[in-house]
Amino acid sequence: MAQLIKGETGEWEMVIGMEVHAQVIANSKLFSGASTAFGAEPNSQVSIVDAAMPGMLPVPNAFVVEQAVKTGLGLNSKINHTSVFERKNYFYPDLPQGYQISQFEHPIVGEGVIEIDLPDGSVKEIGITRLHLEQDAGKSVHDQHPTKSYVDLNRSGCALMEIVSEPDIRGPEEAVAYLSKLRMILRYLETCDGNMDEGSMRADVNISVRKPGGPLGIRAEIKNVNSLKAVQQAIDFEVRRQIEILEDGGEVVQETRLWDPAKMETRSMRSKEEAHDYRYFPDPDLLPLHVTQEQIDAIKATLPELPDEKKHRFMQAHGLSAYDASVLIAEKARADYFEAAANNNDPKLAANWVINELLGGLNKDGLDLEDSPIKAEQLGGLVALISDNTISGKIAKDVFAEMMKSGKDAAVIVEEKGLKQVTDTGAIEAIIDEVIAENPDNVAAYRGGKDKLFGFFVGQVMKKSQGKANPAAVNEILKEKLG
Amino acid sequence: MSDLTHLTIKNALEGLDKKEFSAVELTQAHINAMESTRELNAYITETPELALKQAAESDKRRAGGEAGLLEGIPLAVKDMFCTKDARTTAASHILENYQSPYESTVTEKLWQDGAVMIGKTNLDEFAMGASNMTSYFGNVINPWRSNAHDKDLVPGGSSGGSAACVSARSAMGALGTDTNGSIRQPASYTGTVGIKPTYGRCSRWGIVAFASSLDQAGVFARTVEDCALMLQSCSGHDPKDSTSANIEVPDWSNSFNNGVKGMKIGIPKEFRVDGMPDEIEKLWQQGADWLKDAGAEIVDVSMPHAKYAIPAYYIVAPAEASSNLARYDGVRYGLRVEGENLIDMYEKTRAEGFGDEVKRRIMIGTYVLSAGYYDAYYIKAQKIRRLIVEDFKKVFEECDALLTPTSPGVAFPIGERMDDPIKMYLEDIFTSPASLAGMPAMSVPGGLNGEGLPLGLQIMAKPWDEESVFRVGQEIEKAANFTALPNLLTKAAA
Repeated sequence: MAQLIKGETGEWEMVIGMEVHAQVIANSKLFSGASTAFGAEPNSQVSIVDAAMPGMLPVPNAFVVEQAVKTGLGLNSKINHTSVFERKNYFYPDLPQGYQISQFEHPIVGEGVIEIDLPDGSVKEIGITRLHLEQDAGKSVHDQHPTKSYVDLNRSGCALMEIVSEPDIRGPEEAVAYLSKLRMILRYLETCDGNMDEGSMRADVNISVRKPGGPLGIRAEIKNVNSLKAVQQAIDFEVRRQIEILEDGGEVVQETRLWDPAKMETRSMRSKEEAHDYRYFPDPDLLPLHVTQEQIDAIKATLPELPDEKKHRFMQAHGLSAYDASVLIAEKARADYFEAAANNNDPKLAANWVINELLGGLNKDGLDLEDSPIKAEQLGGLVALISDNTISGKIAKDVFAEMMKSGKDAAVIVEEKGLKQVTDTGAIEAIIDEVIAENPDNVAAYRGGKDKLFGFFVGQVMKKSQGKANPAAVNEILKEKLG
Repeated sequence: MSDLTHLTIKNALEGLDKKEFSAVELTQAHINAMESTRELNAYITETPELALKQAAESDKRRAGGEAGLLEGIPLAVKDMFCTKDARTTAASHILENYQSPYESTVTEKLWQDGAVMIGKTNLDEFAMGASNMTSYFGNVINPWRSNAHDKDLVPGGSSGGSAACVSARSAMGALGTDTNGSIRQPASYTGTVGIKPTYGRCSRWGIVAFASSLDQAGVFARTVEDCALMLQSCSGHDPKDSTSANIEVPDWSNSFNNGVKGMKIGIPKEFRVDGMPDEIEKLWQQGADWLKDAGAEIVDVSMPHAKYAIPAYYIVAPAEASSNLARYDGVRYGLRVEGENLIDMYEKTRAEGFGDEVKRRIMIGTYVLSAGYYDAYYIKAQKIRRLIVEDFKKVFEECDALLTPTSPGVAFPIGERMDDPIKMYLEDIFTSPASLAGMPAMSVPGGLNGEGLPLGLQIMAKPWDEESVFRVGQEIEKAANFTALPNLLTKAAA
């Protein structure tokens, strides 16, 4: 579903690649023992290594390396047995060493691929170019003093994974789907919490346009794109901007641009000529990083079931539609909820109740799944009552509403309110006889050929039974009696 | 009391053990020597109070029967090692008043073994130099003088202060760092023994970094055995330094006086350079003859790439330095010169904080790492480095150790060569290959030249084979019987 943009000179194709910075979940930093907890007092989590005191040396955090390997495996990527930390040199007050330790020519993770799910239900593969480890910078604070800036080094040295995609993305929808899927995988792996609003996941978007099938255009890199909505908006704006330039006979400049969410525009940060010369070279304080096949295999053995595997299992083993499966696997907690609710139940019915009633209900009440008044087993109980004909689907909705309010088990509510479905054919027959007796004209009309009146009789019976009569039994007996 | 300053470390340890004198007395004698030789400018920071306190504690420990390997021995520390009890300047204005809250691994090990810190010694700024002329705290004067003229001489560099104070008997031994010869060349110029161990033998944690892939801590003393004793104390794996090797440190005292019988000593012909004075050539031959007389076999070997060591070094080291010194930006510690804005502050701080030689190397390093030049310079230099490593591997298939002069010259008058950096850089021509390849190497005094100035011989061996270096060094030491004293001391005695 490659989306094309109509310009004055015809259609244009968007070519998009993404660089995502994901903060690694780890208790300590990439090269020091300082804590990584979010929201601490400024400069309270800074070791003498992070502050780049003279003579201080980096020591790689083995757990972070494992996390990167785990992520690489989750992205179906090649793990490089040898990778090299290099120094990226530039001056900035929140970069104490005067260089960032990163990986350049030899990243820890090489090429891979992930599947993204598009809104029309189709699936597309997006190539992963690489994943490398690097240090985060500190934070400059400019609003505390009229002329001075302050520096908070708490974040300085925290481990980041930079995940670079191939330029396989063809529009804002795909970009959003890519980012969502990537975030989902990282959360499943528990290697990054994916919280874009806390900055633990940040995206840079490389955008160019071309005539469909034509040579690649010149790209601009958009920074500060820090939410899914911003990705969509920034791409929409930038693509329009580039097409306008090209259609006016101009040339797109290769540059870094900043997304301004307030003005809803991208603007130039620095051109190619102004780009830093980072003078990368292998960090002589660190030996090449070796990861053995045994280590990789050991990490592989700890991998959880990943979203796509789960999705396919839900479709095959539970017979769910692709859409239902992808809604359920979007969050690991949601998938776990579903599986608990579907335990010993009709999975399709359970999926319907999770997706349509539960998620809708929670959304309406502004609740997260973990705060749900109805626990998974309780929803499973409700589904079981429907399946074994204890209550009808219609009654079940009332029971569900009551469960949302009180948190009580479905069976308790059904019992208390006497909502049990009437399946006793004698009782149903009695009601039907009453209805037939009360509506002689309609009975005559039905028997005279007005088939549509059947629904009227069903309605009357259900009404008299307060919805508790088993619909299948009502149908059957009615047909017999009306003959 | 002044006799105490002429003792070797080994003899002093025996004297302390026999209660002939106390660590406080030994330390006081060296404090007196430090004060009486202050004209040499060998120390940036003297720490007499600390030294006496440590010495008193040492005496208590010894009395309590828990004497460490260097219990009560007064040592000097090159001002590149961060110490908790005294500022660490790297002889630079930018760190003039820097007080580290931590202690380097190497100094920590010495103190744990009972050693006493008498002071922090002068050096070329950030260890960049071969004359000790680039120090922000002024040059160091060599305790030796020529009998041909009356000019003050350089002690060599960059560890010039450490070499001078061991030679002048104000410390029994001293720590140095050697990036390209910064221990060996000054040892040669001051008639002292100086060793740079294998790269990775000593932790670099807490040593101000100059060129990380080359920097290595080492020691000065007046005998080979004293050097081995000090190195024994400060070597070993440190998990805080990823480049320190997890290799056991042998007990070197077991190999003392084993002689060189049966050893093969290589003489690399490429070290015979144009313009080298005859007396150095002669001493080299003499050294080979001594070893042959002691039962070693002398073999001619070839190291075809050794001559490219200096140009390769002057790309790799400045490249690393340009990055290592970026942290001195006036933001967190050290000198800050206020400016109109951030960039202005950076520029003013670094312009005022760094001396000319440091600036020169930062510029060279920045240049060779720049886009478009990286492959031509940095990558090529790394290739040369690998070829030099290969050269060493090959020659060590043919011999156990190499013997060469330490330096192509002797201590020269202060101020000379300052206008000719290339000539200054050639001071390291014989010491550079072992630095680039990470080999252990030592300079041992071999004799005096015609002007009465000391000349050193360099011994190199395979990685982790300091033992062979010590064995050969001891044999040279025995044969050379170097007992000459620097003029400063003979003059004082007269």
